[in-house]
Amino acid sequence: MIRTEEMLLNVGPQHPSTHGVFRLVVKIDGEIITEATPVIGYLHRGTEKLAEDLQYTQIIPYTDRMDYLSAMTNNYVICHAVETMMGIQIPERADFLRVMAMELGRIASHLVAWGTYILDLGATSPFIYAFRDREMIINMLNELSGARLTFNYMRVGGVKWDAPEGWVDGVREFVPYLREQLKGYHNLVSGNEIFLDRVKGVGVYSKEEAINYSLSGPNLRSTGVKWDLRKDEPYSIYDRFDFNVITREEGDCLARYHVRLEEIEESLKILEQACEQFPAEGEIMAKVPKIIKAPKGEAFVRIESPRGEIGCYISSDGKKEPYRLKFRRPSFYNLQILPKLLVGENIANLIAILGAVDIVLGEVDG
Amino acid sequence: MIEELLQSSPGLMNFGIFFLLAVVLLLVVLGFVTYAILAERKVLGYMQARHGPNQLGGKWGLLQTVADVLKLLIKEDVIPKAADRPLFIIAPIIAFTPAFMVLATIPFTDKFQFADIGVGLLYYIAVSGMTIFGMVLGGWASNNKYALLGGMRAGAQMISYEIPLVMSVLGVILLTGSLNLTDIVVQQEHGWFILYQPIAFIVFFIASIAELNRTPFDLPESENELVAGYFVEYSGFRWAFFMLTEYVYMFAMSSLITVIFLGGWLPPLDILGFIPGAVWFALKFCVVVFVYMWLRATLPRFRIDRLMEFAWKVLFPVALANIFLTALIKTLFF
Repeated sequence: MIRTEEMLLNVGPQHPSTHGVFRLVVKIDGEIITEATPVIGYLHRGTEKLAEDLQYTQIIPYTDRMDYLSAMTNNYVICHAVETMMGIQIPERADFLRVMAMELGRIASHLVAWGTYILDLGATSPFIYAFRDREMIINMLNELSGARLTFNYMRVGGVKWDAPEGWVDGVREFVPYLREQLKGYHNLVSGNEIFLDRVKGVGVYSKEEAINYSLSGPNLRSTGVKWDLRKDEPYSIYDRFDFNVITREEGDCLARYHVRLEEIEESLKILEQACEQFPAEGEIMAKVPKIIKAPKGEAFVRIESPRGEIGCYISSDGKKEPYRLKFRRPSFYNLQILPKLLVGENIANLIAILGAVDIVLGEVDG
Repeated sequence: MIEELLQSSPGLMNFGIFFLLAVVLLLVVLGFVTYAILAERKVLGYMQARHGPNQLGGKWGLLQTVADVLKLLIKEDVIPKAADRPLFIIAPIIAFTPAFMVLATIPFTDKFQFADIGVGLLYYIAVSGMTIFGMVLGGWASNNKYALLGGMRAGAQMISYEIPLVMSVLGVILLTGSLNLTDIVVQQEHGWFILYQPIAFIVFFIASIAELNRTPFDLPESENELVAGYFVEYSGFRWAFFMLTEYVYMFAMSSLITVIFLGGWLPPLDILGFIPGAVWFALKFCVVVFVYMWLRATLPRFRIDRLMEFAWKVLFPVALANIFLTALIKTLFF
């Protein structure tokens, strides 16, 4: 008689497709997964605890290292929280610089998500095309902040540096360039039969499940929930721009793929309008005290990062350091649905589903 | 020349000459592998908006692969403690030997062929089937879960795709009435079989990619799922042997496609007959190799269950239909 047994397979923490140091312990029967347990924490650096001993401005570099693919949104959420507590009004020019930096970051992040996702599915070229175009964004953000990845660009009350001469023109020229490239992306991948075979109807969850698991960002919008904080709870100057919230009804990996690609186009729209409306002159820092002390009390703000809702909770006892700081890190919440999705799928689908969630381990582990 | 040698009585002299020729072929094949890897990296580089190797050996990186092989040779030979030692050692050899053996029947020109046997095509397919043992054994002997999955995938995939591969060639055999590869080439004088057997060509080409374990059928080694598949525990020269197997098969398979469908050493037009057959063979062969590389740069990977479905539900019936059609046309019109 043939004896069969389940096999315990460790996917990660060192594995090409776990996007960092994510570990997944899966029980497989042949190639079919019967149980999946995510193990996280390999990149935990204790940002929140460290922040309790740091002044507010000193916390900003730590946020760069959470979601390192879109550090600008992380910068913004901590500054926004402190500004909300202190009631600081941001100069218009600084607001524009912040929004442009964040939208560029969003595009860069979605490009990486797109490239690595196709790489996970076995095609190598799109990854390099995505990184080629992302490089241009990185260069622009480098001109702005002096860093390529960990920008440390925003400050409580504004931004650290003004845009160098010609920077806005550079962004303006970039918009049509990327639109052209996006067409190429669609031609290369979106209609490919093998690709569609891998992602269509894979990893489906419903609207209710998405909300119950507290998913956000493209993972939520792929089920048809029209929820984007830039539209629903406009922060900064997002109410001045005309853009759409992209949704899809299917809730599968293909829907998430399309939501991300189309969000790039919407971000390009925002960038285009921001370049038009960009104030010719103005301050980039509001008047803030030398040492920033948030008033006693607490505040919670949330914004839309490329991966979903990133929230920042600050509890202050009036000192220059926060009493308690807490981030709602979207990747961490988006990951929670994974064990449910993986049961009954095979190893190849595991990679497709995990890739479509688009996690950043720096953010998952905090 | 070779035919005379084959028919003369065996002796030390004969053996010496054959041994020498085999060494020459081995060197040619190794040379091909060295530069095929470089070409692949260059072509991929060109398609992916980067340079590829351009440091060692001038601006074309001509010595890059040589250096890589040298590095593999002097690497520490690692055998995992839990591995099945004898099997682990022998698996790469079992995989490689048939890859080299099949080259004997390929007619590179009308003169240059090592073994002009009557059932050349059958020999090729039968011998190349043995490579599967090497891969499954390698995956099993490593005692690694990823390697086991990769080995099992390799076994399932290569056995499944061998069937449409054989079935598609049957159409050609019906036309030629011969399994001899030289015969098959000679009969293409008035038109290549890619024109008479387009369906067979497409099925054969797709199945050949699967046999070669190349993108989009690179499931046995699928890096993003199984890390490296059946050779995940191999390093150094044993690993090089598996890679060598793959590239030698690419050499053999491209040659076979050239022979069966693209008219071997024959020129496309009779006027061009003054160019030697070896050049034509090399040109057609390079086109096939290039298409393999091109596909690798473009396509994502199949999923394992869809792969099986594709072999049994699409390729196999199409190949059968092709045989039926060919037989029908042949009996009705010729």
